[in-house]
Amino acid sequence: MAPIVQVNDLVRKFGDNSAVDHISFAIEEGEVFSLLGPNGAGKTTTISMLSCLLAPTAGDASVGGHSVTREPLQVKNVIGVVPQEIALYEDLTALENLMFWGRMYGMGGAALKQRVAEVLEQVGLADRAKERVKTYSGGMKRRINIGVGLLHRPRLLFMDEPTVGIDPQSRRNILDSVVELNRQGMTVLYTTHYMEEAEELSHRVGIIDHGKLIALGTQRELTKMVGEQDTLRLHLNEADDVTPLADGLRSLPEVLQATTLDHQIALIVDDAQEALPPVLSKAVYLGYRVRSVDIEEPNLEAVFLHLTGRALRD
Amino acid sequence: MSKLLTIGFKDLRIMFRDRAALILMLAAPFVLTLGLGLVTGGLSQSTGAVSNVPVVVVNNDAGTLGQSLATVITSADLAGLFDASVQGDVGAARSLVEEGTVAAAVIIPAGFTDSIIPSGASGQTGPLARVEVFRDPGRPVSSGVVQAVVESFINQVETGRIGGQIAIEQLLASGAVAPADVPQIAAAMGEQSGREANLDIIRVRNTASGAVSAAEIDPMSFLAPGMAMLFLMYTVSLGGRSILDEQREGTLARMLSTPTRGGQVLTGKTFGIYFVGVAQMMILIVASTLLFRLDWGDPLAVFALVLSIVAGAAGWGLLLAAVAKTPSQVSSVGMAMALLFGLIGGSFFGGTLTGPLGTLSKITPNAWGQDGFAMLARGDTLVDLLPAIAALWVMCFVLVAVAVAIFNRKGMLQR
Repeated sequence: MAPIVQVNDLVRKFGDNSAVDHISFAIEEGEVFSLLGPNGAGKTTTISMLSCLLAPTAGDASVGGHSVTREPLQVKNVIGVVPQEIALYEDLTALENLMFWGRMYGMGGAALKQRVAEVLEQVGLADRAKERVKTYSGGMKRRINIGVGLLHRPRLLFMDEPTVGIDPQSRRNILDSVVELNRQGMTVLYTTHYMEEAEELSHRVGIIDHGKLIALGTQRELTKMVGEQDTLRLHLNEADDVTPLADGLRSLPEVLQATTLDHQIALIVDDAQEALPPVLSKAVYLGYRVRSVDIEEPNLEAVFLHLTGRALRD
Repeated sequence: MSKLLTIGFKDLRIMFRDRAALILMLAAPFVLTLGLGLVTGGLSQSTGAVSNVPVVVVNNDAGTLGQSLATVITSADLAGLFDASVQGDVGAARSLVEEGTVAAAVIIPAGFTDSIIPSGASGQTGPLARVEVFRDPGRPVSSGVVQAVVESFINQVETGRIGGQIAIEQLLASGAVAPADVPQIAAAMGEQSGREANLDIIRVRNTASGAVSAAEIDPMSFLAPGMAMLFLMYTVSLGGRSILDEQREGTLARMLSTPTRGGQVLTGKTFGIYFVGVAQMMILIVASTLLFRLDWGDPLAVFALVLSIVAGAAGWGLLLAAVAKTPSQVSSVGMAMALLFGLIGGSFFGGTLTGPLGTLSKITPNAWGQDGFAMLARGDTLVDLLPAIAALWVMCFVLVAVAVAIFNRKGMLQR
């Protein structure tokens, strides 16, 4: 069966800057596919091109068998979009918002009313449907924002960092709803810079950085790229300048790579048990007090670190 | 079409939930109209009954009609309406008007009766002699009532004269009267028509022409539409701003991610601006009719004019949104545009400018609208308004076309 999304050598430039730089990938029907990368990596630009909101500078993509450059209206009938920012009318109620967006998808009459009621139940806001959106919490707005994308039962849902800036409970609800939607047969293209979300949700992950797709595969395939290497994560005091310690640790033969993030240092090592004593000795020698140490099995964060030399949230 | 209306009605709903916008759209024009009405005296004149209008009559006519007209104005029947006095000297009467002692002076010239009623001997009328009404421009309504009464009297006399002429011609043709008796009969009929005019004058005062004369020059009749159009221009700039607001808040992109063309979204947004503008104007017109007892003219023509004015204004709102870079830029430029258009379009003082500024004012919906409402207040019909209506729609289409070209160049709605 042909993939529901086929991206071919897609490029988008803003002036001289390539926001998306010759990326290609495919998404199979029924899959949750995550684009994982730091802010500014090109995730939103990619989704914008696949949603027909931005014209590619070069290349093309087909969505549901339709070209995004030549058949935008057909593409839009296939997709539902959940934008990164909450795109709702705050002075309208949730019910009015959903009715409006349903009509924009060409729905109407009793079918629309019924579908809106279903979506309100689905996002858990049926009892507050007649309240204006501006009275909602951030999490509730996020849920309605997602509900809009589901109204017309799209085959393919684009979710652009839907959990940014919300509380853990709402985040959990959203992740659960993605799993449930996929269980019902919906294909999802999910962008995030949270490694844990990509790991939890995705059948396959594309890692994107500086507009380039630098790795693509299942989690197992991707972690194989860093072999059996472990990550040692040192947590230091907030007052500490961690850079001199990172420089010092890089000189140890057991440390393959060291990166800093806030008050943490992530070390890629071959064997965490073997590397830990010299690492701690070095820290003490340099006058640092290590508050705690995490030993992490190979994961997507380590893959990103391995591929770019930077942490995902740099 | 349904998507266009969906977008338009959504904007209408949102606008009418914005309290700050409502104050500017509806409350502010009312307050300003009320204030200006009180300052100009238009409010008191338009809301209260006119009574005890000081008027002076100079009758230099020796005939029946002059006497009849003077009697009408000074009669007990009109004592509540006029505080009338008789003056022998024309110059003195004019001075009384110029001093503001009386609202109007009615000058009945010598030979007035002879200029209308044929002589019993010759059957011929005398040279033309016109009744003159000198009016105090500072008391437009009061002096307008005097003028209306005089015009009504003349109309009655003229109607009777023409009717008598036709009757005599028919009597002559049938042989019922001899040609030698015609002058006498004509004189008798003329005098009869003068007396009938005398008797009918109270009824005549209530005809449409009398009412229109007063409304035409009521300051409220230009203040209310002027203020409504001034704030309409601000409203359309708010509508234009909503396009950039939607762009900033992501709802514009979301609309474009649905199976909706960019042109549909823009047209829908234009509908929104239009609906809000029409609603604002109609609410103001209905409310001022009820509160200020203002007569805007033929309702159908008023509605047609409102639709056209808002179309022209919506074109400006859309153009503003197309050229501006940020929502706040639209607001500040929109406010300046509203004031400038109000100034050169005559919203603050009624009537339109002349000369180069008058020509320039034709780019504003205010000027066309001000003229249109003045015409309606004078009693003109929808047909008379057609040139103004056409101009406003041309303005709308040209501005929308330019705005669309700019939006397309910016790439906002291309996909």
